[in-house]
Amino acid sequence: MNPQLLWLIPILPFAGFLLNGTIGRKLPRALVATIALLFTAAPAFIVAQLWIFMKSAGAPLALSVMSRPWIAVSGFQVNFAFTVDHLTLVMLGIITGVGFLIHIYSVGYMAHEEGYWRFFAYLNLFMFFMLVLVLASSFLLLFVGWEGVGLASYLLIGFYFTKDSAANAGKKAFIVNRVGDFGFLLAMFLLVAHYGTLDFSTIFEQIAASPLSGGIFTAIALLLVLGATGKSAQIPLYIWLPDAMEGPTPVSALIHAATMVTAGIYMVARCHVLFDHSPAALTVVACIGAATALFAATIGLVQHDIKRVLAYSTVSQLGYMFLACGVGDYSAGIFHLMTHAFFKGLLFLAAGSVIHALSGEQDMRNMGGLRKRIPITFWTMSAGVFAISGIFPFAGFYSKDEILYDTATSGSPLHLLLWFVGLLTAGLTSFYMFRLWFKTFFGAARFEERGPTHDYDLHAGHLAAVHASKSSTLTLEAEPEPSHALAHGIHESPWVMTLPLIILAILSLIGGWVGIPEALGGHNEFDHFLAPVFNAGLDIAANPAHFFMERVDAIVSLLVALTGAFIAWYFYCYKPGTAAALAAKYRRLYSLLDHKYWVDEIYGRFIITPILVISRLILNGLIDGGIVQGTAAGLAASTRSGGWLVRRIQSGNIRSYAGWLAAGAAVVIAIVLFGHHGIPH
Amino acid sequence: MNFDPIILTLIIATPLAGAILLACIPEREGSKTHAIGALLISLLTLLLTLHLPSHFNYHAAPRTFQFEQNLSWIPSPNIRYHLGVDGLSMWLIVLAAFLAPIGVLASWNAIHTRTKLFYTLFLLQQVAMLGIFAALDLFLYYGFWELSLVPITILIATFGRTENRRRAAIKFFLYAFIPSAILLVAILWLYNLTGTFDLPTLQYLALTHHLAATPTALLLCSIAFLVAFAVKVPVFPLHGWLQDAVAEAPTAAVMVLAGKLGLYSILRFSFGIFPEQSRHVAPVLIALGAIGIVYGSLIALIKTDLKKLAAFSTLAHVSFVILGIFTFTVIGLDGGVFQILNESLIGAALFVLLGLLYERYGTYDMRDYGGLATRHPWMVTMFVITVLAAAGLPMLNGFVGEFLILSGSMQSIATHHILWTVIAATGVIFGASYLLWMIQRVFYGKIGVRPDEVPGWDLTAREHLELWPFAALFLAMGVASPFWMRAIDIYGASTAGKLVEVGHGLYKNTANGEYSFNDQEYSRWCLDHPGHCRVEVRFVVSTPKEAR
Repeated sequence: MNPQLLWLIPILPFAGFLLNGTIGRKLPRALVATIALLFTAAPAFIVAQLWIFMKSAGAPLALSVMSRPWIAVSGFQVNFAFTVDHLTLVMLGIITGVGFLIHIYSVGYMAHEEGYWRFFAYLNLFMFFMLVLVLASSFLLLFVGWEGVGLASYLLIGFYFTKDSAANAGKKAFIVNRVGDFGFLLAMFLLVAHYGTLDFSTIFEQIAASPLSGGIFTAIALLLVLGATGKSAQIPLYIWLPDAMEGPTPVSALIHAATMVTAGIYMVARCHVLFDHSPAALTVVACIGAATALFAATIGLVQHDIKRVLAYSTVSQLGYMFLACGVGDYSAGIFHLMTHAFFKGLLFLAAGSVIHALSGEQDMRNMGGLRKRIPITFWTMSAGVFAISGIFPFAGFYSKDEILYDTATSGSPLHLLLWFVGLLTAGLTSFYMFRLWFKTFFGAARFEERGPTHDYDLHAGHLAAVHASKSSTLTLEAEPEPSHALAHGIHESPWVMTLPLIILAILSLIGGWVGIPEALGGHNEFDHFLAPVFNAGLDIAANPAHFFMERVDAIVSLLVALTGAFIAWYFYCYKPGTAAALAAKYRRLYSLLDHKYWVDEIYGRFIITPILVISRLILNGLIDGGIVQGTAAGLAASTRSGGWLVRRIQSGNIRSYAGWLAAGAAVVIAIVLFGHHGIPH
Repeated sequence: MNFDPIILTLIIATPLAGAILLACIPEREGSKTHAIGALLISLLTLLLTLHLPSHFNYHAAPRTFQFEQNLSWIPSPNIRYHLGVDGLSMWLIVLAAFLAPIGVLASWNAIHTRTKLFYTLFLLQQVAMLGIFAALDLFLYYGFWELSLVPITILIATFGRTENRRRAAIKFFLYAFIPSAILLVAILWLYNLTGTFDLPTLQYLALTHHLAATPTALLLCSIAFLVAFAVKVPVFPLHGWLQDAVAEAPTAAVMVLAGKLGLYSILRFSFGIFPEQSRHVAPVLIALGAIGIVYGSLIALIKTDLKKLAAFSTLAHVSFVILGIFTFTVIGLDGGVFQILNESLIGAALFVLLGLLYERYGTYDMRDYGGLATRHPWMVTMFVITVLAAAGLPMLNGFVGEFLILSGSMQSIATHHILWTVIAATGVIFGASYLLWMIQRVFYGKIGVRPDEVPGWDLTAREHLELWPFAALFLAMGVASPFWMRAIDIYGASTAGKLVEVGHGLYKNTANGEYSFNDQEYSRWCLDHPGHCRVEVRFVVSTPKEAR
């Protein structure tokens, strides 16, 4: 296989972006969609070829291409260069595969939207940057994709820019990500200062050869972690992701599943050599991951907006991936990243289908009983719910179980605590996902049926705004009055939307089977596939002595998931009203969760407001208005009082200034030239 | 015919001849004669400047000048007509010439009265700028430097936007003029000391430690130079003139107001004649640079006047350059010089865009705007591209400069350099914040008060012509930076590094362990200039490491 083909993988979506971005406005919708799909399918095809090539016997472990320099100064150079190893291959598969399905879905979902061409141009741009990110063979090129997906998400989240909430959410996503980028940049500055290069292989070789650990490695690793918390929505920078659902639903699927949020996990996995040299940084990663997983899951318990529940579940699941990396099992993190891409892509697209069916309704309190009305959506979404909850034999079961088992057995007492947190989160996840499932598809219908409107997301945004204002006052779990459902209006989505759902549902079921551990009768092919990247030279063969423990762990986590599902069933199907009663009983706790621990408010009051106040009062008012401008005024005032001669300078007559200048210069020249004799020395 | 020796004279003479020509053509009401004339002249100048990159010798020895013209002008005092460019100034000359036609186009409709005065002064300003970048004789340079103050001041005072224009012009003039007068004294003191205004000569004398004055006197002299330039940049906290001048100045003038002239002068003269003293004050300037970045960005965050916001954005961007060049690392200097180009282009594009908004809606108050994205799809596209370049998005030009500058700052050996790097790097957060906030206030949300009253139109063909070159350059310079960096790096590599004393009071200037100062060259120079080498020096001859 010609490695030069690697260039085509990102360039094709970029070409699609350029085409649709420049002339798309004048093209018919069918052509716009065709361009976007074609320029996404082609890289997927190349990736498939690449996959076959890399799996073949005797294939190199990594494939590289290099072009001319991007930045070149004496002593420092960065080239346009791509490398594909097995880790990149997995990411490429996810991005192009799931990304392509989301593109197909969008054709149906966006069919009636304004700015169709703009939407597809941005989607292709998103793919381009994400592909650059995983193909990059240096930190700086990775950063191109890193910032680029930030830009693409800014454009897509703020797609309905006439709506303030969407414009705000886009801006928030970009700026919060910039806080993370600040860390990433500082890490790169340190790398340049210490290694004089940003090339992955050079740096990692040097680090791997280093007998030291901690110190500078910890500093760099922690700064990279800050970057990763921004992109992968972890504490403390997760706040942009729940707001990101302001964009059209396929965008949420793209951001949450195939692109963007996976970047942080990928980056940590890519830098595993560095992290392995810093136990402190790994501990931080593990703790952030576990804390975020639990924290986001608790918020997810009480949300009413179907997309918001999914958004917090993403934050929580990303926490698992962080946890996996933090305990040093990067391949488990990537495994969960992959299965999560399947089931979260599925869940978002299915939620979009639900919203589509209900003409823009996103509040689960106004859903219910949809099982029979939109059966394909129901069955596919069920696969997603089972997968994310970790029900055997769905994909999420295997990946989550691997993370939990590795956390429990990695030795330190802290990790046992983290394992417990992970297990608890698994139960919570199962609970809130089944809550979503029951509230949406079971029970009585609670919606008022309307004729289909065509601006789904605009409408959805309007509703979301209404509900946001509602939830600012304390609303309990009490269900709103059931409304009279009419027979028409609720409809299953067209095949362009259901086809991706079906494919993703199948993947959510079988996608985990590539990673069945030996203890459960599989071969753990996924770990073996990634072994050359993460455990080069290490023996990762399973130890039969541990099979018993691993089986116990699997059973425990399955039981926990089933318990969560059971409680959800009890609360929302068997005895509806239990939840409301509990919420009323623990009013303050409920309020805390309902307001997402007030984190946005705390950031606003203790970070953003002080910055603005300091800027306005101290910097602009006192320093700039007082001292800097005061100096200027003082300068003028002192000259004014300096007598007649100087007052002339203040005349405001510009010609006289020139005159003074010339005269003054002449005097000084005269003194210098004629005060001395001849040229000195 | 070989144009090399006279090309710089041609480049400077063209706008000068144009200015004289325009001054002779009588002005008629509503006629575009002067605008067309200025456009043609500036295009011709741009064409001439393209000779420089196409004939530049990238293998020339460091610290040498190309396209030199060195004639005796006045024998006593020894003033020479000495022009020349090196890796530092070449692209700056092209940049200045590139911005001129765009400045004319941006003034096409904005300036409709007193066009003769406007375009004559505009071309004079071009003469001064090109002269500053090309002059290698201190006296000649000073002439152009002073000349650069006058047209701008008159342009602000005459064509300013509000009643505040005269005050703004006077403030600008006083700020620039008083330090310049001190600069003149310093130049003359140097002449008194060495008997020459010639920059290459002075550079050699400085690097060979032959400026026969006390360290204190030299330090004071270097500070006189530095302050004059720093005010023009402006370096925080000497930016008192910036806000009003930017707010008042017409687009074509605001494009040349801040940044490149002062920054170039620091690099050429402060670093050239006072290498040791500049390193001495570097920690202070690094701190001021870092503070300026954050300070400018934070104030931009709360400004509601678009022009004032852009003024503080300019302060933040030139502060990046200050931070970079005073690290005295190769990447810091290269990035800093590259960032001068970026800052000028991005700033100019931003001011052109703001001018377009003002032409349509007659206000710079962003509270009156909103929702323009649906009305001006092309304008918002250009705005977003410009803002992304300013915010340092990779693959656009701003990123290359900022990245190199901050990397250089991390490598610097100045005290507290890590602290200042961290502080400066917060600029990437605040920078994105105020820029995206501006975009949102002007273009997103609901249609604002002002656009509701006044109909607007998307970009005209002329406006497309003004803006696309910027967008193309942002991308080209962001993706293919080595094309520009190659020349800049020659300057950067020969200026960076510690000054190492190699014996007999002779300094060597090292970067990356390479000797960029050539002893033999110096000894030859001493033979050519009897009387200048006051101390008999036996050179420590060492083989220069293999050239890159």
